[in-house]
Amino acid sequence: MATEFHNLQELRQSPSLATKVFIQRDYSEGTVCRFQTKFPSELASRIERTLFEDTVKTLNTYYAEAEKVGGQSYMEGCLACATAYFIFLCMETRYEKVLKKISGYIQEQNEKIYAPRGLLLTDPVERGMRVIEVSVFEDRGSSGSSPSSNVSSGISQR
Amino acid sequence: METLGHKKKTTPRRKWQVFPGRNRFYCNGRVMMARQTGVFYLTLVLIMVTSGLFFAFDCPFLASNLTPAIPVIGGVLLFFVLGMLFRASFSDPGFLPRATPDEAADLERQIDAANGPSGPGYRPPPRTREVVINGQTVKLKYCFTCKIFRPPRASHCSLCDNCVERFDHHCPWVGNCVGKRNYRFFYLFILSLSFLTVFIFAFVITHVILRSNRTGFLSTLKDSPARYPFTGENVVVCFFSVWSIVGLSGFHTYLISSNQTTNEDIKGLWSNKRAKDNYNPYSYGNILTNCCAALCGPLPPSLIDRRGFIQSVTPQPVSHSNGSSMYASTQLHTHMCDQEHCIQNTKFVFQAAATPLLHSDPVMIGGGGPPFPGKSSLGVPCAASLAPSQPSLPSSMPGLGCAGDMLSLRDPDTHCHHHHFPSPEETPLPPGPMPLTLPCAAHRGHMNPAQLYDPASQDSLHEDSVRGLVKLSSV
Repeated sequence: MATEFHNLQELRQSPSLATKVFIQRDYSEGTVCRFQTKFPSELASRIERTLFEDTVKTLNTYYAEAEKVGGQSYMEGCLACATAYFIFLCMETRYEKVLKKISGYIQEQNEKIYAPRGLLLTDPVERGMRVIEVSVFEDRGSSGSSPSSNVSSGISQR
Repeated sequence: METLGHKKKTTPRRKWQVFPGRNRFYCNGRVMMARQTGVFYLTLVLIMVTSGLFFAFDCPFLASNLTPAIPVIGGVLLFFVLGMLFRASFSDPGFLPRATPDEAADLERQIDAANGPSGPGYRPPPRTREVVINGQTVKLKYCFTCKIFRPPRASHCSLCDNCVERFDHHCPWVGNCVGKRNYRFFYLFILSLSFLTVFIFAFVITHVILRSNRTGFLSTLKDSPARYPFTGENVVVCFFSVWSIVGLSGFHTYLISSNQTTNEDIKGLWSNKRAKDNYNPYSYGNILTNCCAALCGPLPPSLIDRRGFIQSVTPQPVSHSNGSSMYASTQLHTHMCDQEHCIQNTKFVFQAAATPLLHSDPVMIGGGGPPFPGKSSLGVPCAASLAPSQPSLPSSMPGLGCAGDMLSLRDPDTHCHHHHFPSPEETPLPPGPMPLTLPCAAHRGHMNPAQLYDPASQDSLHEDSVRGLVKLSSV
């Protein structure tokens, strides 16, 4: 037991979340869900601009598809109204279907592009569709770090 | 080291139970309303009593003398009215979840940075942001309660104590706010109610007329109280309702056709009186398109995920985890976090974080699986998820707990290599700060640790680190 606490104390500080970068909404086209494609400077050292912008643009496309007011949404709306909206007990709305696609896409992007660079995208729907939260992790090599003495031993000793 | 041997002492709590804001939830979170619901019951009573009297006293005469379609149509209308009323009253109008602490801090930094460079003597305006929407400048205000910049058309409802997207108004008759998600139900409610009141009014009058044709007007009136005691009541209620409800329907029809909210109309935001070139940037320009967009547009799902679990052992169909879990968590810890759990969960996260970084001796933690040397990045998410919120440890848990749900849902068969969990029987943990390791252990807790300890090649480590981070993405 003593050994493990010793190791815990040594290593607790090592892997850490450095910062979180928030990509805000872009309201220039109204209330439709769009995120700013401006590349944040904090990510400049971690990921290529084009990759990131592609991700955001693709997300914006998905959201635009979800919120598109067109033939399909009219059909869905009229059908739902005619059934006094009971139809939504059985079927998913188009928006929900697209949101599922989006979360699959984000997961895929995280796996392929962001995780290897020590970044992580959070699905905006988990943040109230306000921001794309990009968690930036400290870039630690596999050599580990020297034991840090400032670990709060209080935690391990509770 | 104590093991997390407790089975859940308390039932897992759902997010609605700790939702900030003045709302009431019923049916285990399926139904949500404002705090004051008295007027809603009055609405219900008025509708039911009036319709009931109509069906009981007027319909038999009308059905036999005119057509039986009358009660049928009346029934369908009543059914639609009640359906729309319940939909408008019980659904989430479009509440915006409050900002997570990280978001709020980031916004504060941005605001300070924006205001900072101004010279002495210059007082910056209160927190606003300007955006240009379709050529019109719109000011976004900062909400001090929700700690967000409100999206355009959103407003904070003081009765519900929440920011509501596309806020129309708070309707006491419906017992809820009217916003983006339930505006169409509200409109269809008042529209169908106006048809219903007109229908009832018309046929009650018809009934009186037909009767008076047969027996004379005066004798009809004399008979009415005795035989049809509430005809008069029906007439009175319907008369007043017709004017108010039909008027309201007309007003909202105008609002829909010009794509404005009641809030905007009252404030006169887009009227030409303010400025010459003031126009509504949200309007599609065409009345028909505006109507279709408002009534037949896509219905966005709720952002507050009220039925999701805060901390759960069993996977639940959580559709959206949301920021409010992190926010609510600061209030949560006193309610739902068993101190013991907090401590244990914390320890486990640190173990999870620590073990991948060991190079040499595997650390046997509580008799569990050995760690994986060199997998530094694997450990990153585990500790990372906890590290930022270390000062308020319990607060991190509920949010991550939700993630635990998502995680266990999404990755049921994920190869879980970081099995440094002490023992399988500890897997039914409240997820707490270890969403990553918990479901893994839950699913693969019985894997032979020996298989896992393999100072493997960098490729597999890399792959695992990716997976580790990917799992965190579910958080």
